[in-house]
Amino acid sequence: MEQTSYSRKGQANMNEGRIVKVSGPLVVAEGMSEAKMYDVVRVGEARLVGEIIEMRGDRASIQVYEETAGIGPGDPVISTGEPLSVELGPGLIESIYDGIQRPLSVLKEKSGDRIQRGVEAPGIDRERIWHFAPRVKKGDKVGPGDILGVVQETSVVEHRIMVPPGIEGIVEEVFSGDARVTDTVAKIKTTAGLKEISMLQRWPVRRGRPYREKLAPVEPLITGQRVIDTFFPVAKGGTACVPGPFGSGKTIIQHQLARWADADIIVYIGCGERGNEMTEVLMDFPELTDPRTGEPLMKRTVLVANTSDMPVAAREASVYTGITIAEYFRDMGYSVALMADSTSRWAEALREISGRLEEMPGEEGYPAYLGSRAAEFYERAGRVKCLGRGEGDGDRIGTLTVVGAVSPPGGDLSEPVTQATLRIVKVFWGLDDALAARRHFPAINWLTSYSLYLDRLEEYARAHVSEEWGELRAEAMKILQEEAELEEIVRLVGIDALSTRDRLTLETAKSIREDFLHQNAYHEVDTYTSQMKQYRMLKAIMEFHHRALAAIEAGAPLAPILELPVRESIARMKYVPESEPERFTQIMQEIASQVASVGGAGGEEVA
Amino acid sequence: MAQGVKKLLKEYLTIREVAGPLMFVDQVEGVKYGELVEIELHTGEVRRGRVLEAAGNTALVQLFEGSSGLNLASARVRFLGHGIELAVSPDILGRVFDGFGRPRDGGPAIIPEARLDINGNPVNPYARDYPSEFIQTGISAIDGMNTLVRGQKLPIFSASGLPHAALAAQIARQAKVLATGEKFAVVFGAMGITFEEADYFISDFRRTGAIERAVLFINLANDPAIERIATPRMALTCAEYLAFEKDMHVLVILTDMTNYCEALREVSAARKEVPGRRGYPGYLYTDLATIYERAGRIRGRAGSITQIPILTMPEDDKTHPVVDLTGYITEGQIFLSRDLHRRGIYPPIDVLPSLSRLKDKGIGKGKTREDHSDNMNQLYAAYARGKEAKELAVILGEAALTDDDRKFAKFADEFENKYVRQGEDENRTIEETLDIGWKLMAMLPRRELKRVRDEYLEKYLPKE
Repeated sequence: MEQTSYSRKGQANMNEGRIVKVSGPLVVAEGMSEAKMYDVVRVGEARLVGEIIEMRGDRASIQVYEETAGIGPGDPVISTGEPLSVELGPGLIESIYDGIQRPLSVLKEKSGDRIQRGVEAPGIDRERIWHFAPRVKKGDKVGPGDILGVVQETSVVEHRIMVPPGIEGIVEEVFSGDARVTDTVAKIKTTAGLKEISMLQRWPVRRGRPYREKLAPVEPLITGQRVIDTFFPVAKGGTACVPGPFGSGKTIIQHQLARWADADIIVYIGCGERGNEMTEVLMDFPELTDPRTGEPLMKRTVLVANTSDMPVAAREASVYTGITIAEYFRDMGYSVALMADSTSRWAEALREISGRLEEMPGEEGYPAYLGSRAAEFYERAGRVKCLGRGEGDGDRIGTLTVVGAVSPPGGDLSEPVTQATLRIVKVFWGLDDALAARRHFPAINWLTSYSLYLDRLEEYARAHVSEEWGELRAEAMKILQEEAELEEIVRLVGIDALSTRDRLTLETAKSIREDFLHQNAYHEVDTYTSQMKQYRMLKAIMEFHHRALAAIEAGAPLAPILELPVRESIARMKYVPESEPERFTQIMQEIASQVASVGGAGGEEVA
Repeated sequence: MAQGVKKLLKEYLTIREVAGPLMFVDQVEGVKYGELVEIELHTGEVRRGRVLEAAGNTALVQLFEGSSGLNLASARVRFLGHGIELAVSPDILGRVFDGFGRPRDGGPAIIPEARLDINGNPVNPYARDYPSEFIQTGISAIDGMNTLVRGQKLPIFSASGLPHAALAAQIARQAKVLATGEKFAVVFGAMGITFEEADYFISDFRRTGAIERAVLFINLANDPAIERIATPRMALTCAEYLAFEKDMHVLVILTDMTNYCEALREVSAARKEVPGRRGYPGYLYTDLATIYERAGRIRGRAGSITQIPILTMPEDDKTHPVVDLTGYITEGQIFLSRDLHRRGIYPPIDVLPSLSRLKDKGIGKGKTREDHSDNMNQLYAAYARGKEAKELAVILGEAALTDDDRKFAKFADEFENKYVRQGEDENRTIEETLDIGWKLMAMLPRRELKRVRDEYLEKYLPKE
């Protein structure tokens, strides 16, 4: 019924056009003079979803989010007059969506095991009942972003219902109790009349949601991954990228971050990746528990899945769908982490559409605007002062951290997508094929990776972990760099050419690599390490180094020092549960006493 | 029946241009994107094509079978109103077809139970079931080190002159799951391989009786190149029918995907599209994904599709776009090594860069054996160390090695000779494979076996 009225109205408004050309996911239609750029349109009798990406006179070029086989010239195109938007409200958490926010569970009910075309499914369940608890009362003055009330969406997420942007006035009436998302929960008297507010909002995906002010990030996003937290940390509200060839463990790193990052909400975008991988996330996340809340990880997660066999244009949209949902939770004052795996597929989708539009290509066929699109996307991350009042009328601060995986062809980092990404992100975790081949995971190369947040975050580490955090880290890093130089020498002239001191450096570097940097994602203890434990581990390794150094300088031989049983304890530190910090005190004592037992004069001096 | 339909269709005599694999037809009406096209030559020969672009009243058609002998004035073009379809029925088992699904074995046409569009629809990830059942291929380097599971897509990265065909045939012959009594089938899709290679597979399947439960789609090197674009989709459509309609466990072997990609490149070049790397189209990833992603399991369905695509790496280069993009989509890879092959080791599987991403889900107690994971990790680590020691010995001489390193170097040789090497008809059970591993480990000092739990060392390590 609605469908027919749409088209009748469309004809009257000249909103209905006719297809003149179909080329893969790109459709050109004429008679579209009433439509606007980025309007969502319905294509053909099957009503496929598409979006206008170019207008010339009354001709519109449309990227279609579904397979276009069977569509041809003469078929109708109807503009909905609205840009591509997502629905925001209770029910987002624990959902798994396709690239244009259709819940995959609903699609399965409607069209079976395979995704058929033209299926419509609203992003938010209209029938589900939520308990709305008001936070304002009649007569309160409210503005955009102010919290009208809350809904306990899952056991760990309190969904805050905010006044939509652009609405300001006096609360006329407020509801309390059970309601559907579309029911009115508050009436606000504005200068433009009485506005009825429901729990459901819509927001166009290509436009960032508004905030009051952007702030500099100051706090680290703790991931429990030692190489990340200690050496290359990312700030809450920061951006990071993980480029690496296939098989180097990009996806595992993304999964580990989604599991352990200390964010309130996780948005995970599987963009053009393997179907089985999304299935794994779907099956694992409800089983895995969050170490902080003890609840399943799924209870704070939203998944957007556009697997590689789904239509390419929806891949382009999926990253925007995901980040808009993430921004919405940021606006509530939460710390949100978004993982996109992989942005290369998104860039390839851009390239494909650009090619079909016959645009002049930049490098490797990618459109010239690749860099600016990537920058726009990553710039939506940040730590912000949200619209609306926070607790006690103070500021409400929300953060959105974005971590993008990049899949450079052949592991070649000079390719356009990696380069466009590196220009904008502040943290680079470079994955290394050689490390992966040696089964050193996470295969983040410590010599090429960097984090520009180090200085900013050091203050936090000083205050929350230890005063000497910065120095400890710098010294460990120096040893790893020395190792690379010494290895060159060893390769040329053999290990015998090295001084005892240099050999100790090599041993310590090996210890840092194997006992600290190497981390097993599948081991129940090793998979997550708190910042404090990371500090203690690194401290123990460096303590051993210092004591051994003092001993050999006082004339002790190196070999017996390396054979000390405490080295086994150091190697097993990663398996010490978080609940046994006293074990580290013990290890420190063992280091002191055992090194002293070897090192004659030197040992005593230190002791 | 087909005749009846034909009469209703308009025929066009308006071919404007033929260039390479592309043809433009003018003054057409109601043409749909992706539609199947028939071109009838003046000789009566019928060729097939597909609509690549429909713009106004012009259609751009991709010719699957080349344009030789095609006269622009007299050829008749018909648009059939549906995509390319494959006729399927249970009788399809045991048959040999050409790359476009027409019988090649002289047998009758299939009386269809259904006609399926060869492009298929994407599988809802929500409907997928995670692959976790071990498939025993009888090949130690795969079963022990890079375990294949049902529903996985695991390509073989080979190169010219390496015995990938023999390996694929051996897998097809021996592959079985440990629980018995289930229906099993092999679908074989060949793109641009030589007659000899095709004949090798066909006669091997005949010899072992595997042909009874196999379906072959064969496009030879001298068959039309563009036809290859349809071949893997034919094979997978057939596999989906057998797996999800007939509850069979289907192993799909696709060889050689490099030829497929070259056909794709040919079409792309003819369309003057902006190329990505090495002249391959920018959408190569998407296109390959629509093939590889058709492997898997679906919740509530008994059958499964396991894919083993074979690629020959030009110049043994693993950064070549076809190889690289495949690696990003598939769940691991099996590398064949020229070095092992030169030394006469069959199968020349290079264990170190090979990887099965799904192995962890398919091994262990109740699936293979409790010690499998430790056994695999230890062998991997020891082999890697042995190889390193051997490299060092090449530079600095054998004398520079420590005692331990010498043992590891010897281990690496023995590993290649006893574990990796096996006969073309040798079908090892997983227990045999694991036990060979334990025997090899006994060569190493026990204190070096750090990756194995003590209890398994006690239980499985042979005592001197």
